[in-house]
Parts: sequence; C-alpha cells; structure tokens
Amino acid sequence: MNLAEADPKIAAVQAPAAISVRGLTQRFGDPGDPRAVLAVDSVSLDIARGEFLCLLGPSGCGKSTLLNVIGGLLKPTEGAVTVEGAIVDAPRPDKIAFVFQESTLFPWYTVAENFAIAFKYQGAAASEWRDRTLSALKSVGMAGFIDHYPNQLSIGMRQRVNLARGIAAGTEILLMDEPFAALDEQTRMVLGEDLSTLLAETGKTIVFVTHSLAEAVFLSDRIAVMTARPGRIKKILSIDVPHPRLPGFMLEPRFSEWRNECYALLRDEIREAMAIAETAGKETS
Amino acid sequence: MQARAVQLVFIGLAFAAWYVAGRTGAVSPLFLPPLEDVFQALAQLVQTTEFWSAVGVTLATIARAYLIACVLGIGVAYLVTRSRFLTRLLEPVISNLFAIPITLFFPLFILLFGIGVESKVAYGATNAFFPIALNTIAGLSSVDGRFLNAARSMGFTPFGTFRHVLFPAAFPIMLTGLRIGFFICFASVLAGETISSVSGVGRNIALAAELFEPARMFAWIVVVIAAALVLNTLVSMIENRMRGH
Repeated sequence: MNLAEADPKIAAVQAPAAISVRGLTQRFGDPGDPRAVLAVDSVSLDIARGEFLCLLGPSGCGKSTLLNVIGGLLKPTEGAVTVEGAIVDAPRPDKIAFVFQESTLFPWYTVAENFAIAFKYQGAAASEWRDRTLSALKSVGMAGFIDHYPNQLSIGMRQRVNLARGIAAGTEILLMDEPFAALDEQTRMVLGEDLSTLLAETGKTIVFVTHSLAEAVFLSDRIAVMTARPGRIKKILSIDVPHPRLPGFMLEPRFSEWRNECYALLRDEIREAMAIAETAGKETS
Repeated sequence: MQARAVQLVFIGLAFAAWYVAGRTGAVSPLFLPPLEDVFQALAQLVQTTEFWSAVGVTLATIARAYLIACVLGIGVAYLVTRSRFLTRLLEPVISNLFAIPITLFFPLFILLFGIGVESKVAYGATNAFFPIALNTIAGLSSVDGRFLNAARSMGFTPFGTFRHVLFPAAFPIMLTGLRIGFFICFASVLAGETISSVSGVGRNIALAAELFEPARMFAWIVVVIAAALVLNTLVSMIENRMRGH
C-alpha cells in the first residue's frame, strides 16, 4: 500500500491538476481605449483534484472575472484554462457547476422546478429529477421546502437550496462566487460549517471567491491572495487542517495567525483598490 | 366597496340626465336620441343575424390583429435585445415611430390591403405592435445578468434561456405592453371599420350615422361600450392571475 492511497491529502498533491490556469490575462475594452480595464494580469495556478482553493482579494480585483474564465463564461484575452487537459472556452455543465449568490435561484419557479431545469439541460432523465432533488435538499436540511417559491424562504434557506442545486449537478468541479455575501455573519458561519462537512463527503474540487478572511481560512486548503487591480496572485497560503472542520478550529491560535497573515497581505491592496475606485469616481463625475 | 358605490351612482346619474334630456327635448334628438329609443333600437338589433355577424367580424379582426402584434412585437423585441448595440440603435427608432400618428397612413392600408377585413387587421396589428415591442424591449433589457450567467453555466440552449429566464423575468413589464397593445388594437380596429370598411361594428355605426338613424347608432355605441367594459374586466382578471406568484 503506498502513501498516496493512505493519505488523501498527499494523493491530492500528487494527482494531476484538476484545473490548470496558464498565463491568464483578461482585459475589458479595446487596448487603445482609455476606459479599457486590465482585470486579471498573467495569472498561473494549478488546482489539485479534491482541493478547496479560495480566491481572496479586495473588491474589484478581478477574482470573479478569474472564476468566470475558469468556468468558461468568459473567454480569456490571453492564456488558457484547462480542465483535465481539455481547454475550457465555453461553459462545461457536465464538468463544472457554479454556485452564485442565492438570488440566482429563478424566483418564478418553485425549488423543485429550479432543480428540474438544471437537470434537464444536463440531460438527466425526467424520472430521476424528483428523487435527485429530494436527496440533494435532504443533504442541506431543506427537503420540506421542495414546492416552495424562493421568495417564500429566508435568505439563508435560499442559499442552502442554491448550494444543493450546485452540488446536485454532480460535477467534479464547483465554482462558487461569493455565495454567502448576502448573508448575515451567523448564517454565514453555520453554512460555512455545513459546506465543510458536505465537501469532505463529496470530494469535489472547489474554487471559492470571497472577501471574508475568516471564511477563507475556515474553508480552504489553500488561499490565493490577490492584488488590487489588475489582479495578480500575491501569495498562496496553505491551511493544513483536514476537513470537515469544526467550529472549534476558529478558536485555535493558528486560525487567528492565518487570518492575520491574510490581512497583512491584503491591507495595502485594499488601500490601493480604494484609491483606484476613487480616481475612477473622479473620472466619471 | 365605497368607491364602487360612488361609481355606480355616477353611472346612474348619467343615464338619468340622458333620460331627462330626451324627455324635455333640451337636446336635439339628432345628437342625443331619447334613452328609451336607443334601448328599443338595441332590442331590435340583437334579434337580427346581421348584428351577430357584425360583432363576430369585429371580434375576429381584433383577435387576428392582436395575435400578429404579439408575435411580431415579442419577436422583434427579442432580436433587438440580442445585443446592446442593436438595442441602442433600434429602440429609439421604434419609440419615435410610435410617436407618429399611424392614422395618417390609414389610406395606405386601404390601398395595400383593400377595403375588406385585411386592412383593419393590418392597421390594428401595426398600432398594437409598438407598445408591445417597446415594453418587451424594456423588459428583456432589464433582466438581471446573474440569471443569464447562471443559465449559461447550466448549459441552457438559446430557446431554453428565452423560455425559462428571459420570458418569465421580463414578463411583468411585458404585461403592461400587452395590455396597452390590446386596447389600442381594439380601438384601432373599430376606428378603421368606422372610417372605411364593408362590415363589422364600426361600419354599422358609420352607416347608421349616414342614414340619420341616431337611435340605431347609439345602440351600436352602447354595444361597444359594454364590450370594452367586459374586455377590460377580462384582461384585468388574466393579468392578476398571471402576476399571481
């Protein structure tokens, strides 16, 4: 028996990268245009199979842009993203699922219908829809709300449903764009705990965009701290703690150390981001 | 409830005034025939097959014109909103065309489509097209980009995106256009029939006026008013149901 099989952590490091980002640059607008924005600047990054990677950075640093390029929603200006060796240049619903903020549940459909259309375009048989929806909702404790409309649920409940929709897609890769941003601090922490447990079970590869330091440290295997615009990777931190993580982790001294390290890395970038926003405000006014 | 009672009192007063005006001869019966004459004319009218065929022609014309306006209005709006550039280019064009009184071109409709039903269908459809297209453009351009991103990430086809995302998201704003479009359609078909046609309710109103039969003319007008009230109630009911959840 070799080490790789015994320790999933080592297996993740040795396995070929699930997602590979090479020299990725994303520019919006024509190069000569004064309003053109360089959002992401030559980012290279490997994400191992089963890894939870956080993109952490100040507002407007291009972390969501980077995530959208990884998921094939945006075509990169330069560089490429490969998933298991294949270049991503369009959405890949068979391999990659997104979880956005809870408000992307379609409000005109019930919870069940929201799942059903997602399954439909994945090519799942109609007879499976309800069973798969129920088991996904069970995993987040929302099975009783299958026939509710999203607006009949609280924001926290909606995000549970939304999370379940992303997981139910059954893809190996899950891209999460600030899924908890609209939630209050307590709900956010509870959902974070649930997510940690769920992920330990599913073994998915996850890229998670956030600007919450505590969320990043609590959930991640690695944190990629990004610079202010244009977004570059400033440093990658490894959080070497197995999943599922318990709330007690947040009380440990090493939790605060990692959190402080992230903050130290981010401080100047946040000031820089604020300065960029200020000049942008002056230009438009 | 109280408002409804006051409304009914006003309608009652209007009829009472009409009745008194007819009795005292204060208003020439040529402009406003006595109330009882109008109801007598109406009672005779509904017994004729000519009445029902005229009503049938007009309703069918409105239905055809409205259907065409819906299909073209929503279709054009969908194509226009496929790109932000097209929207910026064409939305002002459509909204400026809407500002031009289409009545000016009514003779052209007669030339192109003849004096029969077709010209009224085309005229009603043209009039109703604009509010439907403009409101649908407004609705479709206001759809939250996050819904579209979510749809793309789940691999929706273009038709699936329209059916499951664009249409339901734009629907509340579209509904306003569909409602306005319907009543514009109703009004233009009747106006068209009154100005130039060979059949329909509007044609009979014009005919009664030409033959100096004011009681008969007002009887037809009462029918149109009743139809407008019924249709308005119906449209409100459909709208409330559709705005449901």
